[in-house]
Amino acid sequence: MKQSKKFPYLFIAPAVILFIVFTAYPIIASLYLSFQTYEGGSYSFAGLSNYTRLLEDSIFWKALGNTFIIFILQVPIMLLMAMALASVLNSQLLKLKGFFRVSFFLPAVTSLVAYSLLFSIILQDNGILNTLLNAIGIENIPWLSDPFWAKISIVMAMMWRWTGYNMIIFLAALQNIPDHMYEAASIDGAGKIRQFFSITIPNLKPIILFAGILSTIGTLQLFDEPFNLTQGGPADSTMTLGLYIYENGFEYFDFSYGSAVAYVVVVLVAILSYFQFKVTGEKS
Amino acid sequence: MMNTNKSKRGLGKVGMYALLLLFLVISIFPFYWMLVGSTNTSDKMFTSPPTLLPGSEFMTNLNNLDATVGIWRVLFNSLLVSGVYVVIALAVSATSAYAFAKYDFKGKNVIFTIFILSMMIPYQATLIPLFQMMSSYNLLNTYFALIAPQLCYPFAIFLMRQNFAAFPTELMESARLDGASELKIFMKIVLPSMKPALAATSIFLFMFQWNNFMWPLVAITSQDMYTFPVALSTLNGVSFTDYGQVMVGITIATIPIMIFFLVLQRHFISGMLGSAIK
Repeated sequence: MKQSKKFPYLFIAPAVILFIVFTAYPIIASLYLSFQTYEGGSYSFAGLSNYTRLLEDSIFWKALGNTFIIFILQVPIMLLMAMALASVLNSQLLKLKGFFRVSFFLPAVTSLVAYSLLFSIILQDNGILNTLLNAIGIENIPWLSDPFWAKISIVMAMMWRWTGYNMIIFLAALQNIPDHMYEAASIDGAGKIRQFFSITIPNLKPIILFAGILSTIGTLQLFDEPFNLTQGGPADSTMTLGLYIYENGFEYFDFSYGSAVAYVVVVLVAILSYFQFKVTGEKS
Repeated sequence: MMNTNKSKRGLGKVGMYALLLLFLVISIFPFYWMLVGSTNTSDKMFTSPPTLLPGSEFMTNLNNLDATVGIWRVLFNSLLVSGVYVVIALAVSATSAYAFAKYDFKGKNVIFTIFILSMMIPYQATLIPLFQMMSSYNLLNTYFALIAPQLCYPFAIFLMRQNFAAFPTELMESARLDGASELKIFMKIVLPSMKPALAATSIFLFMFQWNNFMWPLVAITSQDMYTFPVALSTLNGVSFTDYGQVMVGITIATIPIMIFFLVLQRHFISGMLGSAIK
């Protein structure tokens, strides 16, 4: 390729400049800030003191624990449900496929704040969900006012928002599995369930990895939902790392400590993504 | 033998439809409830037996909402910020992606790798320094603060690059032999064939900005600069919440995007998933 030498540089210049100013600089500045402390009107080097403070901060541990509980309850179940729905919708026999596909995807186009508020209304003690549950003989569930149920509420809301989205990802991948693999398997006498585990899942490995990493990064940064649906409560039972960064940074204006929490999230995302790569055993 | 097989399959089919129907109700009911809520007074959302039909209070709720947060101003802010953002971010992504896909230059791989790796860094890690930066230049509470920070969106660059890479280089070469300038080749030959990719990337960028919450929440404090998510979020949490208003707000934030989605389904889905998967 022989072309004008300057041209490609001109074309990447806007992206590079914007990246340096608004992404690279803040990422580095926030790491730097996490080793500083603000005292008497100026910042000074504080070594690891923000990080050692984290170790003794019970709210931090609670936020970390909550984030993991939400992650473990939400991501695997959602991905399994998404895969089951995708398999059903991929079946040749089914009518109204397009209609179901669009309907299931619809929650994914709502804004995070909007659906969180919608759920905060649906899940009130005397809200419609409890009213409907009462009608079939189930007593009121304290969705938002009990530490356990508040977590479940966040998980349910997130599943509502994201299952269809992941279903579409899986559906696209399923359509790339050649039919003859299934035909060969059924000639060999493998049932539907057997086929699902021996053909579908192995073929979907890379895409499961992709969806898994997206969900991991998303859950570790969870903010909009707990902020709007439960306000982190009751009693910090839905406090997440994202919410804790916000509180430290913009309610207590402790920028250094907030940055330290943010860097814990950075490290966790890196570790978990690496782990997922290993587990799914992808070379690329 | 044949018979049991058939009825078994029939049963499987019934089960399949039952499952789909259940998920359909779960997916759609919250939207229906949003419509019921936005057209009724607040207390109707909490009665037993429930009010399951839309009422006629939509305009009252809308006027109340407007009195609380100035909803038309909020809508204007959100449309302006998202619109301007999409145009600039699309230009930034398309030009850089084109250079990455079709030219060889020093530093190309290093820069591209840094862009890709940065996608793994949570947005929240940039929030505090960004706030300090905007604050020290007195740029909080401006459209600039809302639009500028994510104009270089590496994932959008990644998407566009995939599409440019698939464009036949021979067509560019022959245009070069005909004496076309590099810029002309990009504008007149390559870009026109990229419309689906541009549409998908625009939708991706638009959805990001339209839904963006955490950054606007910290960058904006004055009510006349609120975007939709920030305005909606302020309606919640006061001691007395008028849920009729909240529901109207949710409806206005949701319905236009939904219509947009139903009309442009294909572009929308590839945009939201990242066209890496088609």
